[in-house]
Amino acid sequence: MNPRHASALSASLASLSPDPHENGTVTAHATAGGEPRVPLELRGRTVVPGTAEGEALVSPETISGWGGIDPARGVITERRHPLHGQSFAGKVLVFPGAKGSSGWAGFFQSTRLLGTAPLAMIYVTTTTKAALGAVVTRVPTVTGLDQDPLTVIRTGDRVRVDADNGLICVYPAPPQ
Amino acid sequence: MLLTDSDKAMLDGAEGPATAAAMDLLVRYGRALDAERLCDVRNVAGTMTQPSPVKAQLVREGGWDKAYSVINLDSDEDLEIPAMRVPTCQLQQSFGPDSEGIAPYPKEMIELQSDAESFYGRKGVNILATCTPYQVGNIPVRGEHVAWMESSAVVYANSVLGARTNCEGTASTGAASLTGRIPCWGNHHEANRRGTHLIEARTPVHGPLEWGMLGYFAGGLVQDERPVVTGELKQPDLLDLKHFGAAAASSGGVEIYHLPGITPEAPTVQAAFGADPPEAVPYGERERRGVYEDLNSQGDRTDVDFVLLGCPHASLDQVRETAHLLEGRHLHSGTQLWLMVPRALRTTADRNGWTQTIERAGGRVLTDSCPAMSRSAPPGTRVFATDSAKQAHYLPAILGIEAWFGTLQDCISAAVTGRWKGELR
Repeated sequence: MNPRHASALSASLASLSPDPHENGTVTAHATAGGEPRVPLELRGRTVVPGTAEGEALVSPETISGWGGIDPARGVITERRHPLHGQSFAGKVLVFPGAKGSSGWAGFFQSTRLLGTAPLAMIYVTTTTKAALGAVVTRVPTVTGLDQDPLTVIRTGDRVRVDADNGLICVYPAPPQ
Repeated sequence: MLLTDSDKAMLDGAEGPATAAAMDLLVRYGRALDAERLCDVRNVAGTMTQPSPVKAQLVREGGWDKAYSVINLDSDEDLEIPAMRVPTCQLQQSFGPDSEGIAPYPKEMIELQSDAESFYGRKGVNILATCTPYQVGNIPVRGEHVAWMESSAVVYANSVLGARTNCEGTASTGAASLTGRIPCWGNHHEANRRGTHLIEARTPVHGPLEWGMLGYFAGGLVQDERPVVTGELKQPDLLDLKHFGAAAASSGGVEIYHLPGITPEAPTVQAAFGADPPEAVPYGERERRGVYEDLNSQGDRTDVDFVLLGCPHASLDQVRETAHLLEGRHLHSGTQLWLMVPRALRTTADRNGWTQTIERAGGRVLTDSCPAMSRSAPPGTRVFATDSAKQAHYLPAILGIEAWFGTLQDCISAAVTGRWKGELR
């Protein structure tokens, strides 16, 4: 794989996106009152290697690719979905699994090409849709965790995904 | 993951750079699944011709070779795409030239797709252009490992034909076409094909409407697991099981089911589970009515602008029945009717005079696609009616329109009167 070529491609395709999001940035984790907080650790299996750190978006329900997301905006568009209208671009997307059409992976691949991909993925149930989707989105992805990520991680938490080692570190967001 | 010497040679470039990229994708995918190895496939059903803005940009930059490299192989290299290594067909795509002047679908996308057809045809792709390859001659044999996508085709191949496939995607089928390999995981293993839930029909199930509703119930119950259905089932035909599977793959993610005494891997209930069956979940009159009301909960206004038939793509029997019901009648002035069929069957329907009967009534017989795939319905459509649980499930979300679900007779009545009067009998 040629990374220079990849970024040129993404740049040319990002012009197709009406609302390109910045993503792919890795920032230092949040601290409360300047003091580093002790993270929760979850251990699982590598789906796609790599590391990333960012804010979590936790979906309580499975996600549809085709007919469920808008790759141009990186937004969940399924009307009855609890995250309807929310953007996963640049977030650590935590979800139970993939549902719906076999177009799932193709739609998530498009988020990469259009610059709206999640920063990393954490899912519970392995299916061909979710696994292929993570592979072609090319973001660090972990599954098979020793705790339920859907209850341990909350939207807004800062999460470090070390998919090389199957390690997730969760820095809970301060209470609102 | 264990790779054979032949897999390793392909990965190292012995069959050229595109095949190497294909094997690289299969290795990444196989590892993501935690698969032990790959298996041989000689029948791939995927998608490469369907246009999109992203694809149009890639084609401008580097032709269809580049589009296939990026989309179908997930590669960043500009690769020259060789002929398909194993038999490969194109599933449903976008609207083609026969939709011009009928569907509000961009002419430049139709031209892009026609260009794709000639490129991929030269590479050996069979442009069946249907979600139902099994209706037009692509019928895998029981026990055969294949690599198919399209949820309604996958569930038919596994359950009715006894072939073995997971619900593949654009990139995995693209890679399988050039290598003849796919991860040996999930439905490729005997042990993963056995039933998980038992459903007992306690109300008669006969005809496509009833089979579609039962499928919608089964999918909602088991999600992506494997239902086994017994009870008051009348002998189904292709049409019934096409609707049953498509519905089960819409309300849930069903990829395989068993009907003991009917489908090939389930001579008995015991065989369907490979063990003692679990306690049966009843599908009675109450459940049946619940499914009907659920599918009809997205309709409010009863003036119907649009009637959509042929999801999954219609069989010749459905075209004949539609023509029969429209013989000597005419559509309501405010209502349009589209019947989606595989192009190969449209040729026969033309020959039989059925297309002409439907067109004389004001209806249209269209090929290659559907309103959901092409995101295109007659201009101004606010309310549509269909005999397909799958379209009633998806189309309101995709096009933001209201839906009514009923029998073919209910739909034809709506097309002729402009009013929805369907009810569960």
